Amino acid sequence: MATVELRFSASPEHVRTARLVAAAVARRAGVEESVLDELRLAVGEACSRAVGLHTVHGLATPVRVVLTEGEKTFSIEVGDDAPSVVPSPRDEAAAEAAEETDELGLAVISGLVDDVEVISDSHGGKIRMTWPTATAAFS
Amino acid sequence: MDLSLSTRTEGDRTVVEVGGEIDVYTAPKLREQLVELVNDGNHHLVVDMERVDFLDSTGLGVLVGGLKRVRAQEGSLRLVCNQERILKIFRITGLTKVFPIHESVEEAIAATD
Repeated sequence: MATVELRFSASPEHVRTARLVAAAVARRAGVEESVLDELRLAVGEACSRAVGLHTVHGLATPVRVVLTEGEKTFSIEVGDDAPSVVPSPRDEAAAEAAEETDELGLAVISGLVDDVEVISDSHGGKIRMTWPTATAAFS
Repeated sequence: MDLSLSTRTEGDRTVVEVGGEIDVYTAPKLREQLVELVNDGNHHLVVDMERVDFLDSTGLGVLVGGLKRVRAQEGSLRLVCNQERILKIFRITGLTKVFPIHESVEEAIAATD
């Protein structure tokens, strides 16, 4: 079962909230302080990407963030409802800009997180990131 | 924390001091500011990022966009940053090869290609 689950309407102003919550829960779960900055950035990237996808596809559903404390790991799953098939946007410049940012976002995530999984099918996508926790974490 | 922006002129350079968080929510403000500066004829920009607490790929995208605009006018865009956690984001995305990054505003203003 998830330790903390968060759903927010897909708009940019809530991404910061998601970052703060994820970092707070991760700290509590025993993720090392030195990693928290990177974790905050990675979860922000994943959420920004999901918000962007919901906007492009005109989806009214929320973005989901599932924070799970394992025995020796802490994982964050960011889920969107965007089908993997990209619709052809009318504004090519905007589409190009969105794609560039999307690629940069994934580059940042894969550069920061060793254990990352990107899943996408016709129902939506998920980015799952996992970090180790200190073995002597407080309970 | 929100984004703070202030600009000043130093010779033929325009220094943009950025503070706070540059993310998917605040990046459009930075984009507007850069577009406005370039449209007003400021083609040599120095973006001082010493007071930036957070930067994500949306922010990087805006900076790349700014660089494209000034280059189209044969201008320049230089960054000032000493913060390791911010520099790391430029490194992992390969953008250290794209942007001249300086240790101080003075150095950036004095720099020529």
